[in-house]
Amino acid sequence: MKTIYIKVLALVLVGAGLTFTSQAQSPKGKSGTFALTGATIETITKGVIQNGTVVISDGKITAVGTNVTIPQGATVIDCKGKFIYPGMIDGGSILGLSEVGSDPRTNDYNEVGDVVPQMKALTAVNPNAVAIPITRVSGVTTSLVVPQGGLFSGTASLINLHGYTPDQMYAGFDAVVMNFPATGRRGFFDRRSDEDIKKANEKSLAKINEVWEKAVQYHKLDSANKGKVEYYPQLQAILPVVRGEQTLLINVNASKDIQAAIKWVQEKKVKKVIFSGVSEGWRVADEIAKAKIPVIAGPVQSLPTREYDRYDRPYANPGLMRKAGVTVAIQAGDRNMNYRNLPYHAGFAAAYGMGREEALKAVTIVPAQIFGVADKLGSIETGKSATLFVCDGDPFETKTQVQHVFIEGWQIPMVSRQTELYDEFLERSPGVKK
Amino acid sequence: MKRIFISLMLLATACLVFAQVDRGNVLIKGGTVLTVTKGTLENTDVLVKDGKISQIGKGIATPAGYRVVDATGMFVMPGIIDAHSHAGLDAINEATAPVTAEVFTGDAVNPFQVGLYRALAGGVTAIHAMHGSANAIGGECETVKLRYGVKDPEAMKMEGAPRTIKFALGENPTRVHGSGNGIVPRTRMGVEFVIRESFSQAKAYMEAWDAYNKAKVQKGFRGAPPAYNRRLETLADILKGNIIIHCHSYRADEIYMLLNVCKDFGIKRLVFQHVNEGFKVAPELAAYGAGASVFSDWWAYKFEVYYSTAYNAAILTKNGVTTSINSDDGELMRHLYHEAGKTQKYGQLSDDEALALITINPAKQLGVDNRIGSIEVGKDADIAIFKNHPLSIYTIPMITIVDGVVRFDREKDADDQRIYVDPKQTIDVTLHTATGHDHESCMQGAEYQTARLFGFNLLEK
Repeated sequence: MKTIYIKVLALVLVGAGLTFTSQAQSPKGKSGTFALTGATIETITKGVIQNGTVVISDGKITAVGTNVTIPQGATVIDCKGKFIYPGMIDGGSILGLSEVGSDPRTNDYNEVGDVVPQMKALTAVNPNAVAIPITRVSGVTTSLVVPQGGLFSGTASLINLHGYTPDQMYAGFDAVVMNFPATGRRGFFDRRSDEDIKKANEKSLAKINEVWEKAVQYHKLDSANKGKVEYYPQLQAILPVVRGEQTLLINVNASKDIQAAIKWVQEKKVKKVIFSGVSEGWRVADEIAKAKIPVIAGPVQSLPTREYDRYDRPYANPGLMRKAGVTVAIQAGDRNMNYRNLPYHAGFAAAYGMGREEALKAVTIVPAQIFGVADKLGSIETGKSATLFVCDGDPFETKTQVQHVFIEGWQIPMVSRQTELYDEFLERSPGVKK
Repeated sequence: MKRIFISLMLLATACLVFAQVDRGNVLIKGGTVLTVTKGTLENTDVLVKDGKISQIGKGIATPAGYRVVDATGMFVMPGIIDAHSHAGLDAINEATAPVTAEVFTGDAVNPFQVGLYRALAGGVTAIHAMHGSANAIGGECETVKLRYGVKDPEAMKMEGAPRTIKFALGENPTRVHGSGNGIVPRTRMGVEFVIRESFSQAKAYMEAWDAYNKAKVQKGFRGAPPAYNRRLETLADILKGNIIIHCHSYRADEIYMLLNVCKDFGIKRLVFQHVNEGFKVAPELAAYGAGASVFSDWWAYKFEVYYSTAYNAAILTKNGVTTSINSDDGELMRHLYHEAGKTQKYGQLSDDEALALITINPAKQLGVDNRIGSIEVGKDADIAIFKNHPLSIYTIPMITIVDGVVRFDREKDADDQRIYVDPKQTIDVTLHTATGHDHESCMQGAEYQTARLFGFNLLEK
């Protein structure tokens, strides 16, 4: 009788469990002390550790190595035959700023105005955007969310892909975003004459210079008046860039524009600069290297920018720049919310000349360094944020399964709407007949 | 003199009708042959005679005059087939009416597009060059072989390939016609009606012609034939089973709707394109025998793809639906092998299952699986050779062969592969800003007008 009672109780509990694990948006993460044991650990900065253990506690990596004491009460996850990597960092997304591409009501990355650096991406990040779990279960744990459009689009922020408020997600880096005036055509539909393009370019450049000069004046006034200056939100947002305290993220692609941007940066003595996109970086790689400006290149899976260019230039671009001595991070820069494909963009770069090791750095430690957060992210080291993932093979290989993800010590549930649809529909019930 | 002129005219006509297709003789030596349909053969040679695979085996001697391709340490697979492309076309959307079955993308083939070469460099040998998705019933499509280098559009067409036609459901036709022009269809109800109405008209047209053809051989017949109508001719050919429907679709309900319409009109040859929610009606698709041609992982670009899953291809495959992975995009088209590989992450398909998605399955969907899609004796020698396994991220397409002719060879590849250079084209202007976000500000809110102005593929996807 007692056993039947227990069985019934167990059934009830299982049933209740099933009911309660369903959730409106995402299941909860778990925090605590974890020990990931017996894994091959690619630390990125300190070589590869075979049969090693990573201990996670209080959001941090508290131990890494082969001779590690597992703390009492730690949740032990056997990672024998598996691999541990630092979470991948994507350097350019609209995650949390967009839900459905064609529906303007769900898009918050493009504010009205050409000069709106005061518009903060972090403000509009929706922590429950459906794309966020879809991205993080593939090992992409961190992303730079970037406003778009105009000349000064807004301020980008680095976020970790877990948290319930933008502040919980914030990963400690901001950059003012500038679209460097382009001399290229926008696409096949751009039928402007060469002269019109030149005029538009000169006009945009004049506008950028005007804004910059004003910002320099504003800086002088602000310094002279100890911060008591008229409210001028655009210039206030650029002020830290003028003072060399904040980064200017410049989107620039065509080789001529890259050269012009280098010249501009040097003339204006902008201290902290990153180039983003840089699809023709390979054409002027030496000049970028000489200017010591780091780049976030991508998308790697893209078309050549000119009809007569070799078909594989976009794939080879990161490797060619790296060889010339440029600091290269890679971004997925994807059109369809597929930032989860970052390892594949890096994999293509690896295959077409960059090599696996450099490509791996380009999605981990290099972006962490560029963003000034290498003390927390980008490698598996004691004292760093426990932002990492466990997988069953090379993370660039398409068939590799990511099995565990930790973001700032939180164990992330390995589900997203896309995995839930798989679970529901692989064997649909009812089938054809009800 | 006159006789010579007539001979020349006849010759010219003959050239127009029978476009010259180059067919090569090649021996591909020592590769790992991924036949797709008959397993994997290590260290195996493939002999190609007159553009056809004539022998598969070990240690085949090189016949005199044959080109030898050393594939030692490499992977030899059937040329990739893209079941949804708009490459090589100068016009895509005849967006002027909800039904435009009278038009044909084969009239707009442009063999000079360098994008075709770029696809070859990704191992692609054949594409389904489709009409756009602005209409409930669009135009007929063309199956094109990537014989890049030929200048005659006719020579690009895959001779003998079955006729196919584009249909489209959901947001695109309802936006263009209902919202744009204020005519039916504005809703998914309207789309069903437009298709049913068209088939009904075609049925009546077909019956009228049948009646006339029967009557006119009777003695003393004096009636006139029904008025010829090209649109209804094409639609009648669908009803007769002579044309395969390839239907742009996303949502499960609209897919299910077209299955019912086709069932009512006795149409069996049906492939759904994109079909992002195909996984929700996989049992119905399998039971009907309809195909599905999908993206590996595209989603979120419009509301009707919001509830997508990258596991779509795996769910469809495991439910018995003939499934392919397509590109619908000049960039994606360059790495369909990689897109197929994603089904090993999302659903753990086997190597053969994944490769079938870009070879034999699209061949079945285009009705050309007797000719291409696998490495078998007697089939066309459309072959792609890869360094490293084609499903590995580290793979590199090395050589692509169409009808036994090497059309791409990475080792001997020149940078500039254009056949035709526009003398007016400014060469030092970058065409695309290529940030990849696809949110060009000049396009926002104007895609419909832009598509109308330039006739480009902005209504696709």
